[in-house]
Amino acid sequence: MRCAGIDIGSRAIKLAVVQNKAIAEYRQTDTGYDPMAAARRLLEGLFYDCILATGYGRGQFEVDFDAPTVTEIKAHAAGARFFFPEAVTVLDIGGQDSKAIAMNTVGKVVKFEMNDRCAAGTGKFLEIMARSLGFNLEQFASEALLAEKDIQINSMCTVFAESEVTSLVARGENRRNIALGLHKSVVRRAAGMLRRVSNDGPVVFSGGVAKNRCMQRLMEDTLQQPILTAKDPQMTGAIGAALLAGDRIGG
Amino acid sequence: MSEDYRSMWQSLGLDLVAHDALLGVLGKFYQDIYLAQNNRPEGMGYFDFVMSEVHGLRIKELLDEKKAGRKIIGTYCVFVPEEIALAGNATMVGLCAGADFATEEVEKILPRNTCALIKSTFGFKLGKVCPYLEASDMIVGENTCDGKKKAYESLGPLVSNLYVMDIPQMKSDQGRALLKAEYQRFKQAVEKLTGVTIDPPRLKAAIETVNNKRKAIHRLSKLRQADPAPISGLDALLANQVFFYDNPQRFTDSVNKICDELEKRVAEKQGVFPSGTPRILMSGCPMAVPNWKLPWIVETSGAVIVGEESCVGERGTRNLVSTSGNTVDELMDAIVDRYFQVDCAIFTPNPDRLNHVEEMVKAYKADGVIHYGLQFCAPYLMESIPVAKALEEKKIPTLRIETDYSMEDVGQLKTRVEAFIEMLR
Repeated sequence: MRCAGIDIGSRAIKLAVVQNKAIAEYRQTDTGYDPMAAARRLLEGLFYDCILATGYGRGQFEVDFDAPTVTEIKAHAAGARFFFPEAVTVLDIGGQDSKAIAMNTVGKVVKFEMNDRCAAGTGKFLEIMARSLGFNLEQFASEALLAEKDIQINSMCTVFAESEVTSLVARGENRRNIALGLHKSVVRRAAGMLRRVSNDGPVVFSGGVAKNRCMQRLMEDTLQQPILTAKDPQMTGAIGAALLAGDRIGG
Repeated sequence: MSEDYRSMWQSLGLDLVAHDALLGVLGKFYQDIYLAQNNRPEGMGYFDFVMSEVHGLRIKELLDEKKAGRKIIGTYCVFVPEEIALAGNATMVGLCAGADFATEEVEKILPRNTCALIKSTFGFKLGKVCPYLEASDMIVGENTCDGKKKAYESLGPLVSNLYVMDIPQMKSDQGRALLKAEYQRFKQAVEKLTGVTIDPPRLKAAIETVNNKRKAIHRLSKLRQADPAPISGLDALLANQVFFYDNPQRFTDSVNKICDELEKRVAEKQGVFPSGTPRILMSGCPMAVPNWKLPWIVETSGAVIVGEESCVGERGTRNLVSTSGNTVDELMDAIVDRYFQVDCAIFTPNPDRLNHVEEMVKAYKADGVIHYGLQFCAPYLMESIPVAKALEEKKIPTLRIETDYSMEDVGQLKTRVEAFIEMLR
């Protein structure tokens, strides 16, 4: 039985196929301006017995592809347990939202929190800040790790933070230090959210932002515990969706 | 709505273009949210009619009452006793406060960080689109939260007939004495407005009329304890909303008629959603027409709302006024006793509200509580944290939502509500 999970996020669409409880296939594409067309292209030539959707585009996928859906919360919880069966807490930071999820010992979601309506503290925030410092995303993290000191960034609003960065650059601050300050501001917010839902147990860091090494390091420092990150944390939701698709039909 | 009403609206000083736009949005909203539901009780047809005529026939009725010498009293809060208005031969109506309107104009008078309900009150006045407000002979403001209290200072100059009632903030003897003094002052103001002296038979009859209205809602609420739920939360909310607008007698009859129908449904184990559908108790800020956003999200995400711990709901309608008194003073005391139990978050401390939420969870067999707080509503948002904590300690899953009247956060709210419902399954 091959079960597919598709995670239609704001920035990327992720697809995973699971067979015999192992990952059989991964695919990914940019969401772009027409998510359903992008999803259709991603599914081309793919063989699967069942499919389940998650992510912000799940509602439209349900209509267009007549497929069941679950929320990102449930999908990320299931995906995190697939990589780390002992996990009870998940921090997911995606393109336009972030969430903290607490599970019980059998992996059922018991509490969660999501960021409010704007993209503060998400992948989009980091992307725009990197650009305003003239870094690509990889440089943004690696340069921040080389900073000698961090500069406190006060604005969590993407628009205000960008003007704060502009004035720091104009003042002649080293952009590495600014980059570290920006990472720290996101970590403070995310760690606070995580601590509100759970205070113990291993933490899995998922979503595209978990690929950022500076975020990983700072998160470990702040939480004072090791953080579990899958090889490709961005796929966590899609894998969770594929596993849940299998559960539905008993595969 | 028919052309016949245009001259009526014009005579009330409404902005016809803006008002048409409002009715257009309201109609579309009602269509998409209410009429799109399945398995609705037939009796809801009455409420569909009421909503289609909410600015039409009902306003005409009020204007006809005015022509016959009756006075109309507009209010914004469940602390204003309808019994006193009715006893003074006046009709009481709730005023519009459930949609954003004329926001730019409002923000010239109120800070941006004011809750949507207060902003809406001003939007309907400044935008000239609330016929209830324009038809009112007296508008009653009440010192509940700081936002409303200060906003009435700014509303005063915009209207000619604002009356402000003070409300206690503590459930103490002094607090009760204040409420009693304020209700007596209100009684005198009503008597002055209508020229009617409120005597025991009038007051007793008014108490009975309002009690009957509440009893009908109590009956409706009790039927919602059944699984499957015989009526949607949206439809029950609408009945609770119309409670504030409609002719009391007709409202009571219409709700009782729905209850007759629902009793049959319950006996036949028929429901609006399948048995076993996750059951949600809503708790928090009031939802005025047409603020149906959150209930609509909940009931299109696989759950059913079985109760509202809200002023537009059980907090507002529970408890009857005793009719055992024989003098005006005894009956006024009974009114004070009933209203002083309303556990609004403006009271400190306010343990009764948490107890009531827990009672409702048990009575309505709710699987979880969604706490609805309006952005910038300090009393309810502050209370939501200890309330959620206390409920979670009792293993009652709770989701805190903070939102306003805009639709921009529907996608995010839907994800949170769906994830919460997944948790309950």
